[in-house]
Amino acid sequence: MTDGQEKDKKIEPTLESAQPAKNAASEPPASTVAAEGKTIHEAETAPFPALTDEAASQQRPAQSVEVTPSVQAIKSPAAKSVTSASAETAAAARAVRAEAEAEKKTASEPDLVRAAYEHPFAIRLTHWVNAVSVFVLVTSGLRIFRAFPSFGPKIPQQNLIDIPKALTLGGWLGGALQWHFTFMWLFAASGVIYLSYQFLSGHYRAVLFTPKDIPGVWPMARHYFFFGPKPAATGQYNALQKLAYTSTVGFGVLSLLTGLVMYKPTQYSWLAFLFGGFHLTRIWHFASMCGFVAFVPGHLIMVALHGWSNFFSMLSGWKREPEY
Amino acid sequence: MIEQMKDGELRRRSRRQLLKLAPVAALGVFAFPKASDWLVTEGVRFSDWAAGELFRGQHLAQTFSNAQVAPFEKFPYNGYDVLDPEVDLENWTLTVEGDVQHPGEYKLSQITALPKINQNTRHICVEGWDVIGAFGGTRISDFMTLVGGNESARFIEVECADDYYESIDMASALHPQSLLCYEMYGHPLDRKHGAPLRLQMPTKLGYKQAKYLDTLRVTSVLKPGKTGYWEDQGYSWFGGL
Repeated sequence: MTDGQEKDKKIEPTLESAQPAKNAASEPPASTVAAEGKTIHEAETAPFPALTDEAASQQRPAQSVEVTPSVQAIKSPAAKSVTSASAETAAAARAVRAEAEAEKKTASEPDLVRAAYEHPFAIRLTHWVNAVSVFVLVTSGLRIFRAFPSFGPKIPQQNLIDIPKALTLGGWLGGALQWHFTFMWLFAASGVIYLSYQFLSGHYRAVLFTPKDIPGVWPMARHYFFFGPKPAATGQYNALQKLAYTSTVGFGVLSLLTGLVMYKPTQYSWLAFLFGGFHLTRIWHFASMCGFVAFVPGHLIMVALHGWSNFFSMLSGWKREPEY
Repeated sequence: MIEQMKDGELRRRSRRQLLKLAPVAALGVFAFPKASDWLVTEGVRFSDWAAGELFRGQHLAQTFSNAQVAPFEKFPYNGYDVLDPEVDLENWTLTVEGDVQHPGEYKLSQITALPKINQNTRHICVEGWDVIGAFGGTRISDFMTLVGGNESARFIEVECADDYYESIDMASALHPQSLLCYEMYGHPLDRKHGAPLRLQMPTKLGYKQAKYLDTLRVTSVLKPGKTGYWEDQGYSWFGGL
C-alpha cells in the first residue's frame, strides 16, 4: 500500500485527470489475487469445469484492461494517454474485484475467528494474586482500623466510623495483623513482577494513562454514566480504563510505601518524613485503601457488563472477537 | 495484536494458557481455617525475620522537643489486665538471672546510679495510635555491663508483677535508646505507668515495653508458647518500628 502511494505521488504531476486510474493502479496485485481466488473457488465447487472457464474468461478481459494501463502509468511517468475510457474500465474492474474479494473471504477462510492475546501470563498471574491480596488486605485492614478507628489522639478518642465485623477478616486485631503481614508480601511481590514486566516488555504502553488520553476520558464517561454515544474502540483499553488502571497502580504504590512507613517508621524515617510523619501516614494508607474500594465495584460492574469472553480473557489471555 | 485462526486453534491456545494459571488456585488453601492459621502465623514469622534483618542497631528513632511532647494527662495508661498490680515499692528488687556474671537482686538505687538518659520519643501502639512522651532511665546496655550480661546471647526476657511477660531480641535491647525506664515527664513512674521500672524502647511497639518489671533474664532460648503475652496469641514477636 505504501509502495502504491509513493508511486501515486510520482505520477501526480503528469496525470491531472486520472484519479480513478490512480486508485486502481494502487492495488493491482490485490485485484489479480482476488480474481485468481475466485477462479480457484469455482473450480473446486462447480460441477461443470467448462462453465467455470467461461465465467473466468468473461472476467479476465476486464481485469487485463484495468491492470495494463495502470502499470504503464506507473512505469512511465511520461504516459499522458490515460483516457476517460480507461478510467471507466478501471471503475468497472473495481466493482468486479470487490465482488471477488467478498467471495474469496467466504471461500478460503470458512471458520476463522479474530482473536487477540491481550493478557500475557505475567499480567494474568499478578492480576489474580493481586485480586486475592487486595481483598485480604482491605478486609483485614478494616479489622485493624477497628481497633482504633480514628486519626486523632488516643485521649480523647473520637471514633470516625464503626466498621461492621462482618466486613472484616481476622477475628481480632492480632489475627487481622497476621493476615495483613502475610499478604503484604504477596501484594508487594506481585506488584514488583507486574511493574517489571510492564516496563521491560513495553506492554505498559497499552495501559499507561498519559496526557494524550485526557480528551478521551469525558466521551467514555458520558457513554458509561449518561448513555452517550459509544466512542470507537481504538486499542485494547479506552482512555477511562487507562485512567482507572493507572490509578490503581498508583494506589498500590502508595499503599505499599505508606504501609512500609507504618510498619517500620524508625528504619524508614526518611520515608516517614516524606509522608509527613508516622501519624499522617496512617491517613495516606487509609486513603489508598479507599482508592481500591472505589475502583473495585466499578471494575466488577464493567466486567459483568462486558460478558464472558471479556472476563475469560483475564484467565486465558485470549480475547475472542475484540472490538478494535 | 489481532490474529485470525480457526476456532479450534483458539480454543486450544486458550486452554493451554488457562492451565498455566492453575497454580494461582493454590491461594484457595487460605479458605481453610486450619491451613490459613498456620500460613498466616508463618507469614508473621517471615515478616519478623525480615524485620530483624532490616533493623539497624545504631539508627536512632526520631526525638522531639519538649514543646512537641503530649501533656502527661494525654499519655494513655495501658495494660492488659490490672493497671496497678500493687507493687511493694519499698522492698522492690529486680531479679537478674540467666547468662550473666552477676545474677541476683538489684535495687532501684543501683539502676538509677547508672548514667541517666532523658528522651522525648514517640510511643506507638499496635492499635494505631501514637503519642509523644518524655522518658528517663538508664540504657539496657549499661545495665547489661553492670550485671555482666552476655551480649552475644540472643534474647532478654522479662517478667512482670502483673504476670505479663515479654522477650526482646538482643540487638534491639542494646539499642542506645532502649531504656530501663524509671521516670516519665521528670517524675518517678507512677503506679499505672509501671512503677517502679519498665522497658521503654522507641524502636518497639507499645506491647513490647513491659511495665512493673520483676525479673530480667538473659538467654538464648525462648520457651515455645512463652515468648510474650500478646505474641503467644498472635502478635508479631519482633514488634519493631
